Amino acid sequence: MFDLIARVFGREDASKDVAKERLRLVLVHDRASLSPQALENLKNDLLKVISEYMDIDDQGFRVDFSRHDDAMALVANIPIRKVKNHSL
Amino acid sequence: MGEAIVITSGKGGVGKTTTTANLGAGLAQAGERVALIDADIGLRNLDVVMGLENRIVYDLVDVVEGFAKLKHALIKDKRFENLYLLPAAQTRDKTAVSPEQMRELVSQMKEDFDYVLIDSPAGIEQGFKNAVAGADKALVVATPEVASVRDADRIIGLLEAQEKHKPSLIINRIRASMVKKGDMMDIDDMIEILAIELLGVVPDDESIVVSTNRGEPAVLNLQSKAGEAYRNITRRLRGENVPIMKLDDGAGLFSKLRKIMGFKV
Repeated sequence: MFDLIARVFGREDASKDVAKERLRLVLVHDRASLSPQALENLKNDLLKVISEYMDIDDQGFRVDFSRHDDAMALVANIPIRKVKNHSL
Repeated sequence: MGEAIVITSGKGGVGKTTTTANLGAGLAQAGERVALIDADIGLRNLDVVMGLENRIVYDLVDVVEGFAKLKHALIKDKRFENLYLLPAAQTRDKTAVSPEQMRELVSQMKEDFDYVLIDSPAGIEQGFKNAVAGADKALVVATPEVASVRDADRIIGLLEAQEKHKPSLIINRIRASMVKKGDMMDIDDMIEILAIELLGVVPDDESIVVSTNRGEPAVLNLQSKAGEAYRNITRRLRGENVPIMKLDDGAGLFSKLRKIMGFKV
C-alpha cells in the first residue's frame, strides 16, 4: 500500500510503465528488422544524395526510428551548412 | 473438415503445452472430436501433461516416415474417447520432419477431427516452421513480462508475413495483485503493444502445477481459476461470446475505477 501511495504522489514510476516504455523502444527496432550495419549504409546513401544539393554537417547527421502511436517513422536529423546553388 | 490451430509463443516456458492440453480437454468435454499434435520433436512433453506418457508406442516421426499408420500412433485419452494425442519423437530432432510433411499430416487429420491442436516448440526455426505449416489459425501465448511480449511480437510478425489467419492472443499467468500495484502489465497494456485480438486471459494459479503433477488438465477441475479461464477460451473457440473473466484480487475497486476512467474490460 505504501508503494501505491508513493507512486500516486509521483515518487516512483510503476514498474509496468518502465516495462512498456522499454518494450516500445525495443520493438521499434525489432519490427524494422534493420541491422545496425544496414542502418549505417542507409545513412551513408542518404548523405551522398543530399550532399549533391546541400552542404551537410556530417558529424551532426542522425538517422533513427521512432514510433508515433501505431505508425513507425524513420527520422533523420540533417544539419545544413549551406544550400548549393544549382541554377548556375 | 476440421480446423487446425497452432499454439505458439516464441519464448519457452510461457505455457504453450499447458494451454494445448487444457484447450484440447475442454473442446473434447464439449463433445468435439479433438486431436493434439506434439510438434516439439526431441523435447516431448504434451504426453506427460496429459498423463498419457505410458501409452506411447509410435510417434509423429514414425507416421511421417511411414513406419506406423496414423491410427496406430494416435493415443486415446483416459478421460474422453473423442480426444487423441499424436506424441512427438523423443530421440530425433526437428529436421526429421519437413513443413510439407506436416502440412500433409495435418490435412489428413482434419478429415477425422473437428479440431487439430498443434503444440509448437519454442523458437522461430525449423520446429516452429513445421508446427505452423499445416495450421489454419494461430494462438499466441504470452505472459506479462518484457521477454515474453518481445518474443510474441516477433512471432506475430512472422505469422502475419505468412498470411495465416490473424493470430489471436492468450495472456497467461497474470497476477491481479501485481497488476493492481502497477508492477505487472495489464490486459490493456499487452493488447496495446501487440495490437492483436485477445482470445483469453489465464490467471497465475497454483492449481496448474498440481494438475500438471497429476497429468490431469486443470480445465476439468471446477475449483480451478485457471481451469475456468480455459473453459471460457474453449467456448470462445467454438464461437460463443464469453466476456473476459474479471481478475480476482481486488476486482471490486479496480474494476470500478476502470469503469469510471472509461476503459473497456
